Amino acid sequence: MANIRWLAVLPFLGILVGTAFVNNVEPLIFGMPFVLAWNVGWVVLGALIMAVIYASDPANAKAGDGEQGTGR
Amino acid sequence: MNAALVVIFLVAAFSLVLGVVARSGKQMTLEQWTVGGRGFGGLIVFLLTAGEIYTTFTFLGGSGYAYGKGAAAYYILGYGVLAYILSYWLLPPIWRYAKKERLISQSHFFARKYDSPALGVLVAAVGVVALVPYLVLQFKGLGIIVSVASYGSISSTIAIWIGAAIVTIYVMVSGVRGSAWNAAVKDFLILAVVIFLGIYLPLHYYGGYSEMFHAIDAAKPGFLAFKPQGESVLWFQSTVLLTALGFYMWPHAFGAVFTAREERAFRRNAIILPLYQLILLFVFFCGFAAILKVPGLTGPDIDLSLLRLSIDTFDPWFVGVIGAAGVLTALVPGSMILIAASTLLANDILRGLRPQTSEEIVTSAARGLVPVVALVAVWFTLQGGQTIVALLLMGYAFVTQLFPGVICSLMRNNPATKYGVGAGIVVGVATVAAITLTHSTMKSLMPFLPVEMNDINVGFVTLTLNVIVTAVVSLATRPAVAPAPVGTA
Repeated sequence: MANIRWLAVLPFLGILVGTAFVNNVEPLIFGMPFVLAWNVGWVVLGALIMAVIYASDPANAKAGDGEQGTGR
Repeated sequence: MNAALVVIFLVAAFSLVLGVVARSGKQMTLEQWTVGGRGFGGLIVFLLTAGEIYTTFTFLGGSGYAYGKGAAAYYILGYGVLAYILSYWLLPPIWRYAKKERLISQSHFFARKYDSPALGVLVAAVGVVALVPYLVLQFKGLGIIVSVASYGSISSTIAIWIGAAIVTIYVMVSGVRGSAWNAAVKDFLILAVVIFLGIYLPLHYYGGYSEMFHAIDAAKPGFLAFKPQGESVLWFQSTVLLTALGFYMWPHAFGAVFTAREERAFRRNAIILPLYQLILLFVFFCGFAAILKVPGLTGPDIDLSLLRLSIDTFDPWFVGVIGAAGVLTALVPGSMILIAASTLLANDILRGLRPQTSEEIVTSAARGLVPVVALVAVWFTLQGGQTIVALLLMGYAFVTQLFPGVICSLMRNNPATKYGVGAGIVVGVATVAAITLTHSTMKSLMPFLPVEMNDINVGFVTLTLNVIVTAVVSLATRPAVAPAPVGTA
């Protein structure tokens, strides 16, 4: 878990830093301007990354609710 | 009364009935009224938190920004996903603490964490100040929808009054449970309408997305990418970061966290909500489709673009369906905001200043303040002049000032003191207010900076200032555990 958690940094880099390097209209991706498609891609990747983190986080494996999570 | 208005008013009446029905059988204590007795499952929490994302802000503001500002609208897509990722680690500890201490508000959270009722009152005051522009933009959206859908027969002033009255009645009757029911109806309707429009309009008018974007790019070169100046990449970066950090700092979003039954709901939502965010794309497509078809809208009028194009395209009854979806996107969040603001005033500011006030008085004060807050927002709405997105960014500039204090309080050894956090918030909020009132820009404030820096979001600059002040004052006011504090201030 400890290492997988760092995947969550990637969308921040992609959106906040990456956008500066892909500020173009062409080529259109799925009909969208490139810089828009880039950000859309990071939204989808962000969800996937969180799904991986969720699955590997022991705090979510327990059936009980409300007690201290151990995943932090 | 045309078909469009009939449909809109039927939906508004329906949501009022839903709100009343939702109340039945529940005794309305303050905890029931504001956090639904802390008994909401994952789905309802999902709808409530998502319900706050798909507000008039995205529906009219998002399409309007795409229409009027082009690439700048992309920021709306970017900040949500980052906020949800942060929420995975941010919300569970907040929820655990709130449950343990039986807190019902963000201000209580600060007061308890920092052991300072005065800080709680300050935080509540910041919340109220930030909520006003947020409520104003919902009313503004309602006014636009009703007046455009009436094809001009109802003035936007009367439309704003009607919308404010509906929100007020519905909140006073049902509290947060009304919001939850309507959130479900609203999300279904807005999903259907936005996806349909986002597909139909580009195909109908241009024959496809590529064709549409090529046509816009040819007519307005550079419009679909970030500009070198103004809404530049730097503006995008600072705005996305500011709004991602501020996302859960809104008193009502913070409060929605408390409605959850278990903390895993937040972690699951961190996976689902980013995808839900993609609906925004279809909103953008509507705004882009309008660029070449209903040209000439400028200033605050860019928010009209989606509805103007709809009127040119569809029969009145279907314009009514679109308008009704829009009305719900203003009603549901509007009611959440009204509850949040009046609860802040009664439970956090009134009781914060006079701790001996009884539960009954606070509960009835919270309800009694609902129409008062609504009236204030109506007054600001009628002043006009700002686009929907500009209003929300103003609110964000205020509310994000609370972020450093929340983060520090969640650390094992809180590095900040109550004086540090309080001073940071005061400096941050005062600077935002001064900049807003004097219409200053980065250039006029800090002329020594290189010209590229002018586009940094001022909210982000004030947040930096806030962090510095918090750090310095905290160092100076640290309780002397080991050696006496060094004279950093």
